[in-house]
Parts: sequence; structure tokens; C-alpha cells
Amino acid sequence: MEFKTPTSPHIHSGATVSRVMLLVMAATIPGIAVYVSYFGWGVVINILLALVTALACEAGILILRKRPVLPFLYDGSAVVTAVLLALALPPIAPWWIAVLGAAFAIIIAKQLYGGLGYNPFNPAMAGYVMLLVSFPIEMTRWQAPLANTEASLSFIDSWHIIFSGIQANITDAISMATPLDTLKTELRLDQSVEQIITGNPLFSNLAGLGWEWINIAFLIGGLFLIYKRIISWHIPVAVLATVAILSGVFYLIDADTFSSPMIHLLSGATMLGAFFIATDPVSATTSNPARIIYGVGIGVFIYVIRTWGGYPDAVAFSVLLMNMVAPTIDYYVKPRVFGHKQ
Amino acid sequence: MKMKHQQTLIQRLLSPHQFPGGVHPPQHKAESTNVGSVKAKIPARLILPLHQHIGEPAEPIVAIGDKVLKGQRIAKADGYVSAAIHAPSSGTISEISNCPIPHPSGMNAPCIVIETDGEDKWGELNPTQDWKKLDASALRNIIRDAGIVGLGGAGFPSFIKLNPGANKSIDTLILNGVECEPYITCDDIIMRERSGEIMLGITIMRHALNAKECIITVEENKPDAFNAMTIMAKETSDVKVVKVPTIYPHGSEKQLIQALTGKEVPANGLATQIGVVCHNVATAAAVYRAVYQGEPLISRYVTITGSGVAEPRNIRALIGTPMAELIKQCDGNPASLSRVIMGGPMMGYAMQTGQVPVIKTTNCIIACTEEDVVSEPTVMPCIRCGACAEVCPISLLPQQLYWHSKSRDYDKAQEFNLFDCIECGCCSYVCPSQIPLVQYYRHAKGEIWADEREKAHADIARDRHEFRQARIEREEAEKAERHRKKKAALAAAKKKTTEATSDDNKTLIDDAVAKAKAKQLQQGPAADNITNDKIETGDR
Repeated sequence: MEFKTPTSPHIHSGATVSRVMLLVMAATIPGIAVYVSYFGWGVVINILLALVTALACEAGILILRKRPVLPFLYDGSAVVTAVLLALALPPIAPWWIAVLGAAFAIIIAKQLYGGLGYNPFNPAMAGYVMLLVSFPIEMTRWQAPLANTEASLSFIDSWHIIFSGIQANITDAISMATPLDTLKTELRLDQSVEQIITGNPLFSNLAGLGWEWINIAFLIGGLFLIYKRIISWHIPVAVLATVAILSGVFYLIDADTFSSPMIHLLSGATMLGAFFIATDPVSATTSNPARIIYGVGIGVFIYVIRTWGGYPDAVAFSVLLMNMVAPTIDYYVKPRVFGHKQ
Repeated sequence: MKMKHQQTLIQRLLSPHQFPGGVHPPQHKAESTNVGSVKAKIPARLILPLHQHIGEPAEPIVAIGDKVLKGQRIAKADGYVSAAIHAPSSGTISEISNCPIPHPSGMNAPCIVIETDGEDKWGELNPTQDWKKLDASALRNIIRDAGIVGLGGAGFPSFIKLNPGANKSIDTLILNGVECEPYITCDDIIMRERSGEIMLGITIMRHALNAKECIITVEENKPDAFNAMTIMAKETSDVKVVKVPTIYPHGSEKQLIQALTGKEVPANGLATQIGVVCHNVATAAAVYRAVYQGEPLISRYVTITGSGVAEPRNIRALIGTPMAELIKQCDGNPASLSRVIMGGPMMGYAMQTGQVPVIKTTNCIIACTEEDVVSEPTVMPCIRCGACAEVCPISLLPQQLYWHSKSRDYDKAQEFNLFDCIECGCCSYVCPSQIPLVQYYRHAKGEIWADEREKAHADIARDRHEFRQARIEREEAEKAERHRKKKAALAAAKKKTTEATSDDNKTLIDDAVAKAKAKQLQQGPAADNITNDKIETGDR
């Protein structure tokens, strides 16, 4: 009578990478739903395009690398990358934008570094920044919220816009700068924040029309992830607190040139970035004190780039910049070990 | 599946000294606590490993063929950190040889085997009723002679932990009835059934330690045991019974002390350094029996559980009973099991065969089917999620330890305090990539120990080699010197003989002296420098 003798622990919590990724995906659903309701089906088409491309690239490279394909497709990390990238794209961007971005994210930013767990940069943000730098026109032609346009966009309409190239007249009718972009441009023209916002259909009471609800929906999804202990509160709280404090201080100094904390927190990719992108475990710092530093760093970059930099939104750049220093932060910030003096 | 890795914030706020991290694995304790304990049958063969404790193995004092009585000492402690072993039942010594023992390596080790005669006849016992008259060291001797070791699982000889040393004072004696590992219930049941014995044992221990305060700790999930101990403690007014939150690894000595007192046992240090001594509740009961009844440690409460047995329960088993016998007595079929674990599922180790015996530290035997344990998970790459760091009770960075252990960068691993890891298994338990983290740490520790041993060996070998080289050189120098002198002496003698004309007697004497000197010189290296010096002086 011989038994197997594996070593302890003999039990496991049942946590898996797939489960982590699945819950992250579930948490994006409210945000996606609100996004679609304000900007139409283009969002969904982008997600599907990025998904198919990401999975195909992941499988292709895994085969080339002679790695098991199914366990890695099943882990869901490529799906998360694809969805986060797609959520960052303009809903009327041509189809090849999503495809190119997803391919770059998976092949260059993830697999070439060694695949799951080894990429120093957040793949979705690397893909996004590559697109933004390479195709600025396509990447900055945002669609106006459906409520602001005469035309209503059916799924078929979105499909046409994305696949059949730019139909100039339709796109012009429905495209518009984002609220953050508008603020940036107009502030340069010496307009005060109040002048820009008042009467502009792009803005509502809280922030940009639609964007405030999208951000609130992603905030809800993020809180769900914290509740489920998929992410810890440290990074999102640090990011949001930093953005809020910095924007609050400058807003108090000069409310005409600096937009309010409300606008900063509820515009652009703030919530998506704080809860879903900055918390990507692979490219972030790992211990809780290090996470706070990392989050503060992202918050500072978001505010600085949005306010004084060349780009209206800054989540992607901020995350990538902090990705670079994450290993260094981890090296220097170590918790005090039990029984040791600091 | 609900994942509750950590305590809620409220729990944490309510107990301010809580240790960091910890996990909440499914308890599986109710299965074996529905019924009271039963006495196990006396097996035909009792297998008693000489090494059931921390320290040196015991030394047999019986020979094959000897008749032994129950409670008779059959192996004596070898040195200070060691423990005696006693015959758990009467019978004949049939073998003293290597048998499989419960050990992570699955190795065979020297054991004394007793063929029992079924009479279970006690030898002479020496109870000490008026122990209060004895001083601490006499009490410790009784406890040492009874072969008592920590029954919680580590098996450190108890009398040593009752000896705080001449100039140390003990503030707190903690009785550990936490039993935080899933499945194990032997402490729970012994507290319910023998609270009186435990309390008397505690009184003795406290007397030996002269501890200022005494705390009995019971995890919240054992209300019956808590009540039993509380009722008993009322009679001794100053023993506190404290309920602690159910979280693994609360029963680990360092974590328990931190949670109760807020103090941390220094790294590489002992609890006595901060004035605390921790003993298991079952050990207290054993101390009671040793002192009041003169009974050595020959049996213990063992939880037999797991889905491989139809009647999980606690058994009072004789030390040395093969585990398979106990599994059968709980209506299990050892042949159908996938794994047999001694201890709990978080830190216990899997037995190679059911023939290994219950030893002094066997608190639990889990007869596992596939339901109880994970087998061969799909290991994914680390995604750096940090779940491991969140549950680590030592506040280590398990992920960094993993990277460095995996890449065999052992210096770095030690920089991240590898040796502070208590191998509780929390990190492996929560890892979403199912990486066997603890296995990597054990391997790294083993490699580092092996390296150190090798280095120590190499140092000794180098010293010996250098010493030998020096000796050879010295001997050769001495030899050359002797040759030179011998030649000189012979030449001198020859000269004298030829020159000798008048005084024959003088020549003869000179000859004799020269010969004697030559003879002295010819003696081996043992005729040391001193001799040479003398000769040299003589020559001058």
C-alpha cells in the first residue's frame, strides 16, 4: 500500500487566474453598458475586433513559442487586454485601429516579453499609446454623445462607419472633440473654465455629458472588484485621491484656469484607469505601501499631463511611466518582516 | 466558492493585536466532533521510533526478547534535548530495526517493535500527589522522565520549555488550544473531556515556571471547549480563558503571542526572550498524568478524519499504533485512499504507507479521497497579484522569495528573509496561479543548508589538508636535520678514532657518547624538537 506524498499545503482556495480575469470582465459590464448607451454600438464592435485579434495573436505566438495554447487562452488575460484597449478607442475609429492595437498589445507588449506575468508594461496601454502616437487623427476623432447629434446610430450604421472607411459627411456630423480635449483647446485660447462649460452641449452638471455616468459605472465595477478582493484598494484610492487633491488645490487657487476635481475625476478614463488599468497586477507594484506610491505617481502624472502636457487625457502615459519605475519601487519598499526591527 | 482570504475590517479593529494576513480554509471540524473520543484497540505490534521529538533520538535500553510492562522505559533520553520512550502496552520486544516512520522524507529510521501480549499490564508507577512540595527542577525531572514532548505537533521536549533559565522571568504562560488547522479536533475534544486534568497540569506547569499570568486560548469555533475550560478556570481564579478569532495560522506560537500580547518574538529568537512560554493544552493533560498518576506519555488523542473514513472521530491511541489500524477502526479502507496526511491539510505531510505508526506528535490523521485534497493543479505563471503577500502572517514578500528561489539566487532569497518563513502554506493556498510556493521555499532552504554543510565540510577538509601539509614539511625538515647531524657525528667519531693515540678510555667514552647521540637522533618524529634542541646544545 503506497500513497502519493505531495507536500503541504494539500488544499487550495480555488482561486485561479481565469477566475480573477473573469471577475475583472464582469466588473466592466456596467461601464460598457453606459458607454454603449451614450456612444452607440461602435464600442461593442471595437471590443469584438480587439477580442478576436488578441486571441488569434495570443494563440499564434503561443504556437510559435511551443507553449500550451488552451490553458493560456483560457486564463482570460488576453481577453482583459483586448477589452481594456477597445474601451480606450474612439467608437468610430476604423476597424484596423482596434486590430492593430490589439495585435501590438499582445504580440509586442506581452508575448515578446515572455507572455502572461512577464510583461513590464500594461499591454493594453502600450497598444493604445502606439496607436495614439502613430495615428493621431483617427485616435482623436471622438464621436459626440448620441444625445448631441441629430443622427441616431444603429448597429448597422456603426458597422458601416468602422468597416467601410470614413464616410466623411456622416463622421463629420457625429464626431466632436472629447470634453477634456475641448477644455484643453479652449483654455489655451484664454477662455475661463466656466465660459467653456456653460452652454456647451458637451458638458453636463458634473463633467462631460455621458462621461460622468460612464465613470461612475466604472467606479461601481471597481468597488465590486475591491469587495471581491480581486484588487486591493491601495492603487485606485491613491490614484483618485492624488488627482482629487491636486486638482482641488489648483482649482482653489484659480478656478478659471484649472478645472474642478469633479471634472477630473469623472472625465476621460479616470475611473477605468484607476480601477482597471493601474491595478493590472503584472505591471504594477506588489506590496501595499509600494502600491500607494505607485498610485500617487499615476495620479500626479494624470494631473500634470492633462493640465500642462500636450495630450488631453493622460491615463495611458501615466500608467506606462509608472510601470517603468514599478520594479524599483518594489525593490526599495519592503514591509517590515515579523520579528525584525525596521 | 466564496473566497474569504482575510478578516473583515471590523474583526481586525476589534482585536487590535491581530497578526497580519492569514486565511480561512473550510474547517471540516464538525465531522469528527459529533461523538466523544473512544479508546483504540491494542494493536498486535507497536512500532516506536526512537526519534519522535526535536533533538537527539532516544537510546534503547532493552534487547530483543525482553518482556516489557506497560509504562516501562524502553529507551532513554540521549543528552539534554531528547526524550525517553516508554512501552505503551505490555509485551515482548521483537525487533529493534529500521521501519517506516512518519517523516516528510518517507524515510525508514530505527524503531523498537513490541509484540503486545494483550494483557496491557502496567509496570510500577510512582505518582506524586504532594508535588507542591517539590521544587521546579524536581518537577521538570518528573516531566522529562515521562518522555513528554509538545503534543501540538512540533514535539519539543516539554521540560526544557518549563525551564526559563536562572535569570529570566516568565510573565505569561500561554496554553495553546487554538487548533487553527482544518480537520484537526483532538485539542477541542480533550478540552471538552479532560478540562480538569488540563487545569491541574497547567497549575503544575505554572508552578515550575513561576509565571505571573496564565492565559488559555481557544479559537471561537470551539464554544464547547471554551465553556469547559472557562468553568474549570473559575476555580483557579487567575487563569484567563480567551477566545481568539478563527483564522489560520492563529495557533502558530509566534502569531498567537503577537495576537495576545502585541509583542513579536524576535527573528531567530525564542518566546522566552520576551517573557512568554507557550504550551499545548494536551501537553498540560500529559503533565498532569505524569505527576499525579506517574504515567509516562504512552498514548494521545488523535483525530481520524477525512472523507476516507465513514466514522470520523477522535481516538485515544497508543503511541506506536500503525495508522492503518486506526483508519480501519473508524470504518475506513486504507487501500482505497488517495493520500494519508499526518497533521492538518495546510502543514501536515503525506505518509508513504499506512504502516507508519502514531507518534507523540501525531495530532491528526486525514484519510483523504480526491474530495479532500487538490491533486496536480495546472500551474500558471505568477501574475504578481500580491495575494500571497496579503496573507503572509510574517509580512514576507512570498512572490520575491519565489522568483529568487526559482532562479536559485539564494543570497537574494535570504535577503528577503527566506528563513523567517514558517511554511504555513497561506501563500500557496491563495495563489491564483496555483504555484506550489512553499515547496520552492523548502527546496531553497534545503539547498542553502546543504551548501552550508558542504562549506563546513570543505572548511574542515581544507584545515586538515593544510595541517597535514605543515606536518609533512616539518617532518621532512627534521629528517634532513637528523641526517646532517648524524653525518657530522659519524665524521667526528671517525676523526677521533683515527686521531686517538694515548687515552683509549677517553676514545671509548667519546665513541659511546657519539653512538648514544646518533641513536637518539635516529628515533622517529616522536623524539621531538626538544631532543634535537638538547643535542644541539650538547654539541655546542
